[in-house]
Amino acid sequence: MLNIEQLIAAATSEFAGITDAAQLEQAKARYLGKSGSLTELLKGLGKLPADERRTTGASINRAKDQIEATLNSRREAIKRAALETQLDVSALDITLPGRGRGRGGLHPAMRTLERIEQLFRSIGFEVADGPEIEADWYNFTALNTPENHPARSMHDTFYLEKAPGLLLRTHTSPVQIRYMQTHVAQHNHLEQMPEIRIIAPGRVYRVDSDATHSPMFHQIEGLWVGENVSFADLKGVVADFLRRFFESDDLKVRFRPSFFPFTEPSAEIDVAFMSGAMEGRWLEIAGCGMVHPKVLRHGGIDPERYSGFAFGMGLDRLTMLRYGIDDLRLFFENDLRFLSQFC
Amino acid sequence: MQFSEHWLRTLVNPPLASGELAHLLTMAGLEVEEMRPVAPPFTGVVVAQVLAVEKHPDADKLKLCRVDAGLGEPLQIVCGAPNVAAGMKVPCALIGAKLPGFHIKKAKVRGIESSGMLCSARELGLSEDHGGLLALAGDALVGQDIRSHLTLDDTLLTLKLTPNRADCLSLQGIAREVAALSGTPLSLPAIVAIPAAHDHQRPVLLDAPKACPRYCGRIVTGVNAQAPSPDWMKQRIERSGIRSISALVDVTNYVMLELGQPLHAFDNAKLKGSIHVRYPQAGEQLKLLNEQTVTPDADTALIADEQNGSRALALAGIMGGEDSGISGTTTELFLESAFFSPAAIAGKARDLGFASDASYRYERGVDFELQRAAIERATQLILDICGGSPGPVVEAVAPTDLPQRTPVKLRSARAAKLLGIPLSVAQIGKLLEGLGFPIRREADDFVVTPPSYRYDIEIEEDLIEEIARLHGYDNIPSPTPSGLLAMSPLPEERRNPMQLRHQLAERDYQEVVNYSFVDAAWEADFYANSAPIALSNPIASQMGVMRSGLIGGLIATLAFNLKRRTGRVKVFEIGRCFLRATTAEPVAGFHQPQRLAGLCAGPATPEQWGETTRSVDFFDVKADIESLFTPQRLRFEKLKHPALHPGRAATIFLSDEAVGIIGEVHPQWVQKYELASMGNLAPIIFEIELAALTSQLLPSYSAVSRFPSVERDLALLVAHDQPLAPLLEALREAAPAIVRHIELFDVYQGKRLEQNKKSLAFHIVMQDTEKTLADSDADEAVKRLTECAVLKFSAALRS
Repeated sequence: MLNIEQLIAAATSEFAGITDAAQLEQAKARYLGKSGSLTELLKGLGKLPADERRTTGASINRAKDQIEATLNSRREAIKRAALETQLDVSALDITLPGRGRGRGGLHPAMRTLERIEQLFRSIGFEVADGPEIEADWYNFTALNTPENHPARSMHDTFYLEKAPGLLLRTHTSPVQIRYMQTHVAQHNHLEQMPEIRIIAPGRVYRVDSDATHSPMFHQIEGLWVGENVSFADLKGVVADFLRRFFESDDLKVRFRPSFFPFTEPSAEIDVAFMSGAMEGRWLEIAGCGMVHPKVLRHGGIDPERYSGFAFGMGLDRLTMLRYGIDDLRLFFENDLRFLSQFC
Repeated sequence: MQFSEHWLRTLVNPPLASGELAHLLTMAGLEVEEMRPVAPPFTGVVVAQVLAVEKHPDADKLKLCRVDAGLGEPLQIVCGAPNVAAGMKVPCALIGAKLPGFHIKKAKVRGIESSGMLCSARELGLSEDHGGLLALAGDALVGQDIRSHLTLDDTLLTLKLTPNRADCLSLQGIAREVAALSGTPLSLPAIVAIPAAHDHQRPVLLDAPKACPRYCGRIVTGVNAQAPSPDWMKQRIERSGIRSISALVDVTNYVMLELGQPLHAFDNAKLKGSIHVRYPQAGEQLKLLNEQTVTPDADTALIADEQNGSRALALAGIMGGEDSGISGTTTELFLESAFFSPAAIAGKARDLGFASDASYRYERGVDFELQRAAIERATQLILDICGGSPGPVVEAVAPTDLPQRTPVKLRSARAAKLLGIPLSVAQIGKLLEGLGFPIRREADDFVVTPPSYRYDIEIEEDLIEEIARLHGYDNIPSPTPSGLLAMSPLPEERRNPMQLRHQLAERDYQEVVNYSFVDAAWEADFYANSAPIALSNPIASQMGVMRSGLIGGLIATLAFNLKRRTGRVKVFEIGRCFLRATTAEPVAGFHQPQRLAGLCAGPATPEQWGETTRSVDFFDVKADIESLFTPQRLRFEKLKHPALHPGRAATIFLSDEAVGIIGEVHPQWVQKYELASMGNLAPIIFEIELAALTSQLLPSYSAVSRFPSVERDLALLVAHDQPLAPLLEALREAAPAIVRHIELFDVYQGKRLEQNKKSLAFHIVMQDTEKTLADSDADEAVKRLTECAVLKFSAALRS
C-alpha cells in the first residue's frame, strides 16, 4: 500500500513542477498511460488474493481519481497561465488618445440665446422673429418715435441707399408691432384675445464701433400683453430671469426710472454681483417698461382693456458678463481659438 | 448736464450726504453718471499775501518771500515760481499741511530756512496748471482756509439725462426735482422786474410764429464790457463745464444754467431797426460765431434786423452770427430771451454738423413761460457786474402758437392696476401734490395740468410713471408671475434652428457670426451681384453693402484664421441674407431669408495617431448635408456658380425644389483671398435655405418583415463619365418589390479595366414580407436590374 501513497505523492510533485502542456501529458502517461505506474499496479491486481484484490483495487482507483484530479487542475493552471501571457502581449497603451471626428460648438451668444429661450419657454413664452431691413414706421414711428423726436438721436441709424423709409433695424422692438398685428388678426374673432408672450432675439444695427460698441450686435426683446399685466409683473419676470440666467440667488437687481418713447413707465435695469471681478458694481443690463398705449394701438390692441410690458437686452452683453469676456469685438472676429472655448 | 453740488445746495439743501443725494437722483430717473470732488483732500493751506520778494543769496532761480498768512508774524518762505510778486495773494501751505502726495515741514532750501510753501494750482490738485503760483482775488481774506475761500469742498455731479427731462437741464429744474423727492423746501433766487431807466427799445416782429411764439428783447446801454466776472459766477459756470469768457457772455451762460433759458446778447450798436424772427430768403447766408458760414434750410428760423432791408443776425435758437456779436468794446446790448418750439429746432444743429447748448435745450423743450423772468434775471446780473442802464422789456407773443398744456386725468384705480400695487387715492394725491403741479380731484380721480416746464406729461401713463417714480421703483414688489397655463405647441414637423446648431456642432462644425454688411467686391466675386443693396451711411467702405449670401463672410473667417496659423477650419453660420424682390411682405421690395452656410478646409479629421491625414473633400461635406436632411433624400445636380469650381459644384434639390448649393471654392478665389498660405487648400462650401431645414417629416411606419433577407452584389462596367444618380434611380425604378435596398459600395477605375470604363459595385438586399425568398426569386431580380443597366446605360457585367 505504501507504493500507492508514494505514487500519488510523486505524481503530485512532478505535475506541480511542469509548466508546459505537452510535458504534462507526457508525465500523465508515466502514471496513467498504458504502461504507466498505476496501470502496472492494476495489472498486478489479478495476482492478489481475492479478498485483498478488492481493497487494493479500490485504493488504486482512488489513487487514479486523485492523480487525475491533480492533473486536471494543473492542466487548467497551465492553460490559464498561457492565456494570461497571450493577453499580456496584446495589451494596449490605454493612455493613447481616442480617435475620430472632432467636435465643434455654438457661438457664445447663441449658447446664451439657447439658455434664454429655455428659461422663457418654461413660463410660456414663444420665440418670434422679424426682418432686419425694416421700415422706418415699424422701427420708429409705430414705437412712438416720430421724425425729429430727440430719442431718434439715441440710435444712430444705418439707412439704405435709394430706398427711402427703409433702414437696418436699430433694435428688436419692431417685432413687438409686427407680432401684435399678426396676433390680433389671428384672434379678432374671439371674445377675448389670448395673451401675447414672446421673446424676439436677433441682430440689430447702429452706426457705432469701438471696444464696447459694434455696428452689429444681438438683442433680445420680450413682450407680455394681457388683461392684467402690471409693472410688478415686469419686475418679477425680469428679476427672476436674471437670477436664473446668472445662476445666482443673491444677484442684486434694481429698476431705475428711465425713458424710452415706446414704454411708459420706463425703467433701466441694473444688476450687481455679490462675488467675482465685478462684485458690488451696478451694471446696466436692460431697458424695459409698460408698453406705451400708442404702441398697443399701433399693434391693434385696445390699451384700455389690455396692458403689457416689454424689455430689451443685449445678448452679447449678457454673454460677456456670464463668461467674463471683456471685448465685444471678439464676438464678430470669429477667431476659432476664442470661439472653441464655448463648446 | 454737469453741475456743482454746492450750487444746487444753495437752492435746495436736503439732509443727505453727497452719495445719498446722487442715489436719490439716480433712482428718480436722473442718472448720476459721474461724481467727483472738485479738489483732492488736503489740509493746512490758507490765503496769504506776499509782502516782499528778495533774491535768494545762493540760487539764481529762487526767491525769498516774506508772507502774511494771517498768523500775526510774517513767514519766510523760499519760492521758485516765476510769477511771485509782492502784493499778490496766493495759497500758502503752512508747516504741517498735508498736500496730495506730500507733507510740508520746516526745511532749509539752499541754506535758507523756509516755513511753508506757496502753491500752484497743480500742487493743490486743482488743475494741470504749473506755470506759476495760483493767483487769488485781491479781496481774498488773508488767513482764510483755501478750501472755503475757493469752495473746494464741493462735488461735481454729471447727469445722464434722458431726452424727456429737458426740465432738468438747469439748476432750478434739478432743485425742483430734489425738493419733490426729498420733501425739502426750495429757495430759488428772487427775480424782480427791473424798471426801465430809458425808452430805447426795438420792436419785435414774429414773422414765423410757429417756430417762435414768444420773444423778449431789451436794450441795456452804458455797460462796461471789460468788467471782470465775479469769482463766484466764474466758479459756478466752470464747474458746469462752460469756459468763462467775459462778464457779459458769462451772465448769459449763468442764467441758462440757473434757469434753463438760453439767452443771446447782440451788440446793439450793430443793429438797425426792428427785430424780425423769420424764415430765410432763398440762398441767404449767415456767418456764425463759430466762423462757419451756413445757408440755412427754408424751415430754419432766423433772427434778423432791418439793415439793407433785412439782414440775418442769428440762427434762431441755435447760434448767433459773427457780425452782431458782442466784444470787448461793446457798450450797449440787445438781450434776447426767446422761446423757440422744439419742432423748429430739432435736428437742425446736427444737420449743420455742430451742437450748441441753446439748440440742445430748445429741441428738448424750454419752459415757454420763463422768457421774461430770465431777461430780468440777466439784466439784474449785468447791472450788478457791468453797470449800465436798462430799457423796457419788449415782449412779442403769438399765444395760439405756444405749446398747450391740456389737463390729464389720472384714474387712481388704473394707476394701481398698471403698477400692480395697492395704492390708495390718498397716497396718490399726496405723491402728486409733491410735484407741485395744479391738481383737481374728481371723486377718486385727479385732473392734473402739466406745468410749462414739463414736456413729458401728455397722457395718463405719464402721470402713472410720475407716481411710480416718487413712490420709488424699489418699493414695487417683484412677485413670481402668474398666468394661464396654456401649453404652447411646438409642431413636431418643425425643427428649432438650435437643433441644427447642435447637430452641426456634433459633426465638428464651429458656429461663427459675420457682419451682415460686406465688401461690395465679395458680392461681385461670390454672387456675381453687380447691384448690391447699399447702405447710404456705412461705417466703412468694406462694410458698404448688405450680403445676398453667407459665402463671403465664411471665406473671410477662413482667411482670418489661416493668418493665425489655424490650418483646419470647419465653420457654419445661420444668418439673414438680403435680396431685392417684388414681394410686399414683410418689407416691400426685399426678400430676407435666413440661410445656413458652412465651410470646411484642411484635414478631414483633427490630426491624430493611427489615421492617415487627408484633406476634407466634397463628399465629406456632402455627407454632412445629407445627415442634416435625413431621412429625406436629396438630389444633386451639376451647377455653375461664380464662387465655385465649375466641375465640383452642385445644386441641392429636396423633392423638386432647389434648396441650396455645395461645391469647392473656385481656385481663383483661393488665390485672390490668400487661402493657400497653409498648403494647397480646396475649401468646400455649402449654403442652404434655413426654411428647408426647419421643416421635417413625421416618421412613417412600415412593417418589418419576419422572413430572412437575401443579399447579392452586382458589379457593372459603365462609361467612365457615367454619373451615378441616373443609373441608380433607374435601377431603383426597375427593381421588383422584393428589392429593399440598392447601395453603391465601390467605384473602381484603373489598370485592370478597359480604358474609359469604370466599375460600379452595388449591394442589393431583397426580402419578402410574405415568404422566404427562393434563390430563383433573387436571381430573377438581379437579372432584371442587370438588363435595365445594359439596356439604358450600355453597362456590362463585370466578370
